[in-house]
Amino acid sequence: MSDAAKILALHFGLLALLVALQFLLPAYHHGNLARIMVLASYAIGYNLLFGYTGLLSLGHAMFFAAGMYGMGLSVRHLGFTPAPALLAGIATGLALSAAFGALALRTAGVAFMIVTLMFAQAGYLIILYFGEYTRGDEGFVIQQSQRVLWGIDLTQPTARYFAAFTLFAACLLLSLQVIRRPFGKTLIAIRENEDRARMLGYDVFAHKLGAVILSGTVSAAAGAFYGLLFGYAGASFATVQYSILPLLWVLLGGAGTIIGPFIGALFTFYLIDIASGLTDAYMAVVGVVLLMLTLFASQGIGGELRARVWSWLP
Amino acid sequence: MTLLSTRGLAKDFGGLRAVHNVDFDLPQGQIRALIGPNGAGKTTFVGMLCGRLTPSAGRVAFDGADISTLPAHKRIRLGMAYTFQITSVFARLSCHENVALAVRRRHGDEASEVPAALVRVGLGHLEQALAGDLSYGHQRLLEIAMGLAQRPRLLILDEPTQGLSDSEIQAFKALIRDLSAEATILLIEHNMDVVMATADRVTVLNFGEILAEGTPPEIRADRAVQAAYLGTG
Repeated sequence: MSDAAKILALHFGLLALLVALQFLLPAYHHGNLARIMVLASYAIGYNLLFGYTGLLSLGHAMFFAAGMYGMGLSVRHLGFTPAPALLAGIATGLALSAAFGALALRTAGVAFMIVTLMFAQAGYLIILYFGEYTRGDEGFVIQQSQRVLWGIDLTQPTARYFAAFTLFAACLLLSLQVIRRPFGKTLIAIRENEDRARMLGYDVFAHKLGAVILSGTVSAAAGAFYGLLFGYAGASFATVQYSILPLLWVLLGGAGTIIGPFIGALFTFYLIDIASGLTDAYMAVVGVVLLMLTLFASQGIGGELRARVWSWLP
Repeated sequence: MTLLSTRGLAKDFGGLRAVHNVDFDLPQGQIRALIGPNGAGKTTFVGMLCGRLTPSAGRVAFDGADISTLPAHKRIRLGMAYTFQITSVFARLSCHENVALAVRRRHGDEASEVPAALVRVGLGHLEQALAGDLSYGHQRLLEIAMGLAQRPRLLILDEPTQGLSDSEIQAFKALIRDLSAEATILLIEHNMDVVMATADRVTVLNFGEILAEGTPPEIRADRAVQAAYLGTG
């Protein structure tokens, strides 16, 4: 089998498995997996910037929240139905990431990292400041009647699962396509050696801006779906914790691999789930496992797979 | 026809005057060597030609157009290629992908041009190897392949033979002569044997200024150059 065929087999195999699991999983894990697929989509967005372009953001929660609030506020205040509301969420993320990228990419390295953190903090405070509309920390619920997409009730587990799956499949295949095309390969070149890429005639700023917009928009799409599928939008999703989580998922799953974000989100979700069933000090268990992974699989699970078994892993 | 020229080009780093008031003309099709002692300002000078450094003063013109304010990537797109003095390949990518990045930028045919460029520098058998795994000399050759793959009108080579073996240097000389039909070449070079064998003309930089310019035999005979650089032995 050629490498291209293996790549398609692996990723479509994963998608086929996720479809099959919908019919096989008990209710508890079924619900978890729907949530994991949405979070993994968020991680895929993060990975496009961090894993493939080499730009470390500590502020991606602002994009996730932009999608969530762009969707949620247009339902709550403008009476949007789910489809236009999702589009509003995605468009909010697109606009925010374009504006953010144009400003923040004037910095590099640690300065860029700090600027992302500052922007995200400003985003969080804006949500609190306009508490009259956003209901601040408390957040607001999106009613069941507002969550019917084309006659499909998204509060039903099966519908919700397939909506999450649709988002995840779209994000996975989008990122795979991006990375296999010249634009994505140039992003990798910029990650590896920015100066060299520039001296090959590539417009580094434009490519980085494209990566920020792509990453921010995918993250916003995940935020919009999350709010719609689970019926809630709140300021906690704009806190620094939700900026660190995708970094964690991507590092564990394998930065710069297409399936890494999914593996990382799945792994972390069940690690916390299982550890919290064993002890109240579950974060200590999580901490030890993270340390082990960092020590013995520093490239994350996907990175180790690529290094040891599947050298063709994109 | 003059492909590249500078007028009054200068660069100061703080109080240090690295390049001072350089007027330089490079006709199309020529192989020009740029020589000079360490610290003479050679790399700084070419850095300003291709846009890696911003001049403190002066103008750069390429193909008749003033490019003094163009960013580096736009100058490259006009037909310049620059190979780094300290090898700067994409270490974790394959040799193929390193060269393919150069080919794709100008929408060339990746399938045929990448192997051709690698074969031309003698790395045809290492297409799938990771660039970071190559020996230093091979990485230098890969740099040159990336330069060739851009099909530049002006190829700037910054100490390309550093770290090459004698046989690789022989092959490099042949390659440069071969290339001169397609591109104008500006060669920063310490190896005088390579300079004498390849260059049409030589420019000598010393303390950031042009000390002399002429054919290789003229430069070899020039007393000021001998005193500054070549030695009198």
